[in-house]
Amino acid sequence: MEPKTPSQNNWFMIFWRAIRVPFLAILMSLVVGAVILIISGANPITAYVALFKGAFGNANYLKRTLEKTTPLVFSGLAVAFAFKAGLFNIGAQGQLLLGAIVSGFLGFAIKGLPPIIHIPLALIGGCVAGALYGAIPGLLRAYSGAHEVITSIMLNYIAINITDYLSDGPWKDVSGTNVIARLPMIENSAKIPYIGPVPVGFLIAILIAVVVWYILEKTNFGFEINSVGLNSHASRYAGMKTKLLITSAMVVGGLLAGFGGSVETLGVVGRFQPGFNVGIGFDGITVALLGRSSPFGVILSSLLLGALKGGANVMQFDAKVPHEIIDVIQGLMLFFVTADLVVRKFFRLKKDRGLEVHVAAGWGQK
Amino acid sequence: MTAAQSTLTVHQLRRPRWMVPAILTVVAIAIAIISYLLNPSVTEAVLGATIRFAVPLILGALCGIYCERAGIVNIGIEGQMLMAAFTAYMTNSWTGSLPLALLVGALTGALLGLFLAYISVALKLNQTIGGTVINILAVGITGFFYQVNTVTKGKFAPIPLGPLADIPLIGPVLFNNPPITYLTFLLVIITQIVFFHTRWGLRTRAVGEHPRAADTLGINVFKTRYVSTMIGGALAGLGGAFLTLEGVGLFERNMTNGRGFIALAVMIFGKWNPIGSMLAALLFGFTNAIQTQLQFMGINVPHQFIGMIPYALTIIVVSGFVGRSRPPAAEGTPYEKE
Amino acid sequence: MEYSPVTPVLETKDITKTFPGTLANNKVSIHLNKGEVLALLGENGAGKTTLMNIIYGLYDADSGEFKLNGQPYKIRNPHDAIAAGIGMVHQHFMLVPVFSVVENIMLGAEVVNGPFLDKSRAREEIMALSDRYGLAVDPDAIVEDLPVGVQQRVEILKALFRDVKILILDEPTAVLTPQETNELFQIMHNLTESGVSIVFITHKLKEVLEIADRIVIMRRGEVVGETDPKQVTEHDLANLMVGRDVNLVVDKETAQPKDIKYEVKDLVVKDLLKGVVVDHVSFQVRAGEVLGIAGVQGNGQTELAEAITGLRKHDGGEVWIDGILMPQANPRALVEHGMAHIPEDRHKHGLILQYPLTDNFVLCSYYKEPYSSHGVRNEKAILDTSNELIKRFDVRTPSAFVQAGDLSGGNQQKVIVARELSREVKVVIANQPTRGLDVGSIEYIHKTLIRLRDEGVAVLVISSELDEIMAITDRIAVMYRGMIVDTVAAASTTREELGLLMAGSKH
Repeated sequence: MEPKTPSQNNWFMIFWRAIRVPFLAILMSLVVGAVILIISGANPITAYVALFKGAFGNANYLKRTLEKTTPLVFSGLAVAFAFKAGLFNIGAQGQLLLGAIVSGFLGFAIKGLPPIIHIPLALIGGCVAGALYGAIPGLLRAYSGAHEVITSIMLNYIAINITDYLSDGPWKDVSGTNVIARLPMIENSAKIPYIGPVPVGFLIAILIAVVVWYILEKTNFGFEINSVGLNSHASRYAGMKTKLLITSAMVVGGLLAGFGGSVETLGVVGRFQPGFNVGIGFDGITVALLGRSSPFGVILSSLLLGALKGGANVMQFDAKVPHEIIDVIQGLMLFFVTADLVVRKFFRLKKDRGLEVHVAAGWGQK
Repeated sequence: MTAAQSTLTVHQLRRPRWMVPAILTVVAIAIAIISYLLNPSVTEAVLGATIRFAVPLILGALCGIYCERAGIVNIGIEGQMLMAAFTAYMTNSWTGSLPLALLVGALTGALLGLFLAYISVALKLNQTIGGTVINILAVGITGFFYQVNTVTKGKFAPIPLGPLADIPLIGPVLFNNPPITYLTFLLVIITQIVFFHTRWGLRTRAVGEHPRAADTLGINVFKTRYVSTMIGGALAGLGGAFLTLEGVGLFERNMTNGRGFIALAVMIFGKWNPIGSMLAALLFGFTNAIQTQLQFMGINVPHQFIGMIPYALTIIVVSGFVGRSRPPAAEGTPYEKE
Repeated sequence: MEYSPVTPVLETKDITKTFPGTLANNKVSIHLNKGEVLALLGENGAGKTTLMNIIYGLYDADSGEFKLNGQPYKIRNPHDAIAAGIGMVHQHFMLVPVFSVVENIMLGAEVVNGPFLDKSRAREEIMALSDRYGLAVDPDAIVEDLPVGVQQRVEILKALFRDVKILILDEPTAVLTPQETNELFQIMHNLTESGVSIVFITHKLKEVLEIADRIVIMRRGEVVGETDPKQVTEHDLANLMVGRDVNLVVDKETAQPKDIKYEVKDLVVKDLLKGVVVDHVSFQVRAGEVLGIAGVQGNGQTELAEAITGLRKHDGGEVWIDGILMPQANPRALVEHGMAHIPEDRHKHGLILQYPLTDNFVLCSYYKEPYSSHGVRNEKAILDTSNELIKRFDVRTPSAFVQAGDLSGGNQQKVIVARELSREVKVVIANQPTRGLDVGSIEYIHKTLIRLRDEGVAVLVISSELDEIMAITDRIAVMYRGMIVDTVAAASTTREELGLLMAGSKH
């Protein structure tokens, strides 16, 4: 490999090389999205303008954008961390739900605590729930070879059943005339505050992303996780405990997803209600892939997706475009960013190293 | 005599593959007969529901078999089913023609199969991610284009097969079914014959086990994978069309609800074998049918717990608690010529 | 051997092929006469397999032409090659493991009855060929259950089933005992007698002199010579292969073995599919000696190596280093007690190709001071050590940050050797240490292993290359079907004796 010339090596070029494929992928999906809008009879320009206004137009809109971004950062990290170990944490959705319901429970069931204790307590409860739930596919993958994609998808559905049952049964909100299946509101002492339009949960998310970056880049644990993801055979040769690492990666992923669900419950929604948080786990996949599994990439792509979601309501109202177009654009972004070859061929770029995602093929039971 | 000549074969651990499923099938039939003698109408209802639940699973598993036996891992079966359910439903609503709607559904699945094949073979993308893209796109597109008040004139009606339909127990259950159901069981038999007794089947299986060997013998690995994945897609499309044209009769957002993934477990349980998958699908269908029946009978278990059974069963199967299984050796890996 | 020198049955003219970064074939022109055995000789990486893959239609040449029986011919894919009567037995067999012998042989040229396969008719045809050429097989056996020698017969039958006229054999003897090699030569004789022409690719000098009618030598993608085996010596051939004067013998003094440093007692390894693959193996290695484990691939060496290096659980027996019993399946414990392991598959076990050299150099020591403290990595210490090792072991690379996957095979092996041998080691386990390497790297590795021996390390070399075993070991243990058949002194044994042991005969 020849060393690059000075002009190829400055800070901006390094940044651009890392970011250009996702950036161009996003561009291409917006274009294709516009085409779909035209087909369905809408005006893409007014739609996108309304979208942008809805995302950043004023303090209220900005607050909503940041609220949408926060859980995406967590779920993106949950998926990205697992990717580093070569695992596909599609189960972030289920882990997130359990984290949300446990923190929601601790939020209303415990009374008389000061916020400085109640909030961390409820958050930790949610993290533990998510971590335990992530351990299941992790252990199964490590010790029986069961591919975590199927087991976690199944666990997602099981999580929906469990939380539905709890919301309609033992933990149901029976105050007043309520018949909806949901938990009671959390105590005021469990609510995560805001600083102006910025939810504190968002700040926590950024902090956690930095911590994850540090772990992956600078610690032995991170080195081992990366190694297992790239070559589990050589990692075993090197003496690393690969089964433990695989399980740990899923536990950490579950913890992060659970954290995200808890922050959402305690900071934005104020109670656990089935039907909220639907799809955040899968959005995490898009965010992780767009962000190339790097924590800072995750922050940026969460902001992007959060802005899209935040602005969607205004777009629906102003330009009369159904908000599901966001789902379509999201699917397209996912396609374009992972189909490196399409984007590269189109823009005649050369192959990037080191930023690919390595996920196991096949079902692992060989 | 040298060592090489003295040992022409080393047969050690090959057990006959049919023992366990055969035993289980005999046991199941015995239970069915006993239960019929005790309570005919409930038994018929449960068995009928079993088949109704099993059909999309069988079709999904067959899709998986066509794809994976050729070497393509397809976790987008869910998305293929959902899209096909949607397009079949919309076609039915616009044209009123059920056969046309069925065709459209199958075509939708085949097109998505082409898409997956393109992603996997030409772009050499990670197939798991490719399948996920299909799933996410399907949810987005069907959600975006579906209008809530669409109506259709109806769905496929059962077609009794003459005097066969009058036989007690098996008559109404097996011989009085709507067309897609009959087609499904026919396809199981056809697939079994095709894969294990025809030239096409031998070559396709070779491509899934050792593509380079097939390549050196003049077999076109890429074309084989495209064809097989598209056929598989058409079958998944059939499964989706079943839901809106025969099973449920209407479309709902996300109506497939995990069936595409359960179909993968069915395929693994059935050891990538059409008949095995059919039996596994019937088992899963049965657990689903029991759930509804128990509710009718007023048994006091929260329905969510029964609802979890198929998913929990899938996890158990896939984790190898019912025996290890070997997938096609080359699946999931893009084939490189050099 | 009669052959017609008038019209060659196959001719290539100026075949050129480049891969990114390498000129694999540079204007290669050769010809093959009817009924002859042409040996294509060259070291690893010389371009022989590339040329044959082009002839067989697997690769496209950038430029150049073919002539078959004097007529120009285009070969665009294996289909064309098969139609022209060309058949190839690859170095790594192209057999579908889960299919039977019959299914493998007829794949692509199926015998059909209407739309259905006609396995019984196919079986008859195959058994007829098998009898005619002396290639005994069980048609309904599943290929993955068969020993390697039998699998090779299936490959040859595959070619015969398609009426092969030109048969290419790529390194066929790599997986055979000397006796099986003689049988193969007999089969080749039968084939040429019936008019088949054979191209025999190898890097083994002795075989070439024994079986070939004509020898073409390739080096770095070019044809550098063509000779008559009756008029050259091994030494001449070696020089042509490498391009300089080669010392075929490794300089070494007699070993001075001391106390026992490494012991394996009664080791048993079972495999889910194959049954018992390592069957109560015991041996000892002393400080200052090299013990070789010889044997044809597939007799349990791989599983033995995995078990003693902690990559695999064993089902019985013990491993002792310097008098201390080692725990099971724990590579780190073995390393901590003084084991160095040069693995058989450097891409699978030895390196993480996507990592830079720095991370690969500390792959086994990253968790220790000074490379990390309290779980946090110390990148400067890692870089310093890497640069030092690059210098000391002469690894050819522009920087320590190059990805391991970008290095040549020889340099990759050097990185592994540097990493393993820069520690204080008591025993070195080298598994197929020179597989796939060029002669220069092979010499380097051999010299290094001898040097370690002389410094008092116990060296265990597992190798299926008989020449390597005879050149660098002091004692040789031969493995057959998972057992050690016998252990002999290297200085006093012969190839014939080893060959017999490798085939299972005892004294």
